[in-house]
Amino acid sequence: MGESIVVLNQGAIQRALTRVAHEIAERNESGSSVVLVGIQRGGVPLAACLAETLSGIWKQPVPAGSLDVSMHRDDLDRRAAPHVQPTHMPFDITGKTVVLVDDVLFSGRTIRAAMDALNDFGRPRQIELAVLIDRGHRELPIKADFVGKNVPTALAESVLVKFSDTGVPLSVTLRKEPTP
Amino acid sequence: MNWTRKHLTDIESLSAEEITLVLDTARAFKAVGERAIKKVPALRGKTVVNLFIEPSTRTRTSFELSEQRLSADIINFNTEASSLKKGESLKDTARNLEALNVDFIVIRHSASGAPAFLSRVLQASVINAGDGAHEHPTQALLDTFTIREQKGRIAGLKVTILGDILYSRVARSDVWALTKLGAHVTLCGPPTLVPREFEQMGAKVTHNVEEAIREADIINLLRIQHERQRKTMFPSLGEYTSFFGLTKQRLAKTKPDAIIMHPGPINRGVEIDSSIADSGRSVILQQVTNGLAVRMAVLFLVNGGKGPSELAS
Repeated sequence: MGESIVVLNQGAIQRALTRVAHEIAERNESGSSVVLVGIQRGGVPLAACLAETLSGIWKQPVPAGSLDVSMHRDDLDRRAAPHVQPTHMPFDITGKTVVLVDDVLFSGRTIRAAMDALNDFGRPRQIELAVLIDRGHRELPIKADFVGKNVPTALAESVLVKFSDTGVPLSVTLRKEPTP
Repeated sequence: MNWTRKHLTDIESLSAEEITLVLDTARAFKAVGERAIKKVPALRGKTVVNLFIEPSTRTRTSFELSEQRLSADIINFNTEASSLKKGESLKDTARNLEALNVDFIVIRHSASGAPAFLSRVLQASVINAGDGAHEHPTQALLDTFTIREQKGRIAGLKVTILGDILYSRVARSDVWALTKLGAHVTLCGPPTLVPREFEQMGAKVTHNVEEAIREADIINLLRIQHERQRKTMFPSLGEYTSFFGLTKQRLAKTKPDAIIMHPGPINRGVEIDSSIADSGRSVILQQVTNGLAVRMAVLFLVNGGKGPSELAS
């Protein structure tokens, strides 16, 4: 067990998410064409949190879906098959602004897979990216539009976002060794 | 738990956790089949050979469509066109296919153990699509998936498999899968087709159909393979139906929520009354739909399986 540092506690996560929600609202004046899509698994509860805040800002329900990108990964024959989680897209994304939501942005490969996966559901007018943590080390030309917190990391470190059983984000910790 | 197997040759050697992982993965692939775009790039650039040395229409079609939906390239190789008729051995045929750099071999063969043999001599992943009287793993997985989907669980359910059990690879794979997940399995049919030896697999054996179906949550009917040598096993199809067929009278004595399954093709009026096959109690067509999802899941999982434990042995 390596050394663990708490990067964000529950209150700091809430403040960061509230700010990100306001930035999304600022960028997209009318909420009627915006849908949120959380990437399994960490992005899904975060998308739900953002959707709730945005519903309050825009005074209208903001739909949130979930997307599993396992089938679109680029390393499927290099690793044990990932555990596929449910994809739930209860709306048409064609012509909409899709805000992809993930917990930690790292290599960018998950986001590439997510953009491919979204293609199977329609043609969004625009895709934006919101993440709670950007830890750097991009391997693809991908950049987040909305970032909760930039956390400079070493490659050997790992970032873990913990959620309660009901999906409330509790903490973000940085560990001095990669997740096994 | 992660999937580590490179091959799927049987159910007998799988753990309950591995079976559950296939079922959970299949649930996600079933959702893919309900989308407007039913194709994902998971096996893009991979080549699959469907090596069907024994005739098959539905299993082969199901595998083919599963492979296409995973974006794999496909070679179909069937008995009629094969060099096996010209005397080439199975091993030579398979090595020739491997020389084409194929990644997966889906094999159906009349000899029990043919898939396990290939998995030992080839680099490609081998998936058993039915071998002799041994096993038909993907059929058992789709049966189990369908039961779990319908009933929400497997453990504690009473499953009766009724019909031509003796040489049935479906029955064998079903018994392994269901008992590993905690179901109580009863096998029923004429004594000539349902020998007591099956009790060694953990199933109950009875030759009394009323007793077998009365308490069952699931009634899985197996086809009477009348095209095979069955003349010595029972006097006539009519007599089979009167003693063991699922008739309306017999159905009336089952639990009202018991579901009827059949791997197909069905013999209407022989093992199953025609109206029962089309009724709301029958999940026969759901089994066909679920077969696609389960086969996609199996291909997806073995693609990532490096099989260290299997290579070591």
